Amino acid sequence: MPTDQLDRVFGALADPTRRAILTRLQRGEASVSELTAPFRVSQPAISRHLKVLEQAGLVSRTRLKTARLSHLRAEPLRQATVWLAGYRDFWEQSYERLEELLAALQEDEADRPQPGDPTGRSMT
Amino acid sequence: MSELQITAEPGVPQVRTERELDAPLDLVYRAFTEPELLAQWLGPRKYIMSVDRYDLRDGGTWRYVHSDEAGNAYGFHGVFHGEPSTRGIVQTFEFEGAPGHVSMDTVTFQEHGGKTTVRTNSVFQSVEARDAMVASGMGDGMSQGYERLDELLAKLEANS
Repeated sequence: MPTDQLDRVFGALADPTRRAILTRLQRGEASVSELTAPFRVSQPAISRHLKVLEQAGLVSRTRLKTARLSHLRAEPLRQATVWLAGYRDFWEQSYERLEELLAALQEDEADRPQPGDPTGRSMT
Repeated sequence: MSELQITAEPGVPQVRTERELDAPLDLVYRAFTEPELLAQWLGPRKYIMSVDRYDLRDGGTWRYVHSDEAGNAYGFHGVFHGEPSTRGIVQTFEFEGAPGHVSMDTVTFQEHGGKTTVRTNSVFQSVEARDAMVASGMGDGMSQGYERLDELLAKLEANS
């Protein structure tokens, strides 16, 4: 995905109202008034949010008679998550391995004979 | 187990991460600074890591290589800046497959009740460079499908 589109996707996702709109659209297409209903904002405000989502490629709009219906377009979102997933996988796996190593090191330390402990095991 | 938090804001050439580890600071610091320990955890399991040099001091250089079974090898190197300590380490980071593209990485450690929080902050030369770095070699777990979409939306929703 080109960088500018990725920027637009992340920019679009940075707003809670727009995220809520996307969540709603996961259940199916909706008109502007349907999308406006759950929010305490005006219909023009929702239309502006839809425009941002449309420019990011996350929403497409079709006209049905007089109503304009919005649809979720998942592909740019999928690319955005894949983009972050690579980095996340690298570091998640690293930190999992680090935790295992740290646990082993702590066990070694606990097993080391302590002064004044003839059994060679600490009392932890 | 604690979850890794990643922050990559749009339009900012920076990536921040935060992770809590169930171990005291002195041990975490050893794992970050002793090459034979570092090689046991840094990077995905499928790579064998060998540390060429790790001169942990102001101006000291480091280099390591990740190799896989297919014979691919990925080298990384950089320089430590300032005296590394249990408070933190500052270093440059350069993937040898993209010479001249350097990030500046700061890692800080904070101990609390026997646990240690590790925070990293990577600053890249441009937003494009950040995106390329995050999208490229750092990742080969790039096969996730649409199920990630639901997870992402659920997470975003929970945070809003």
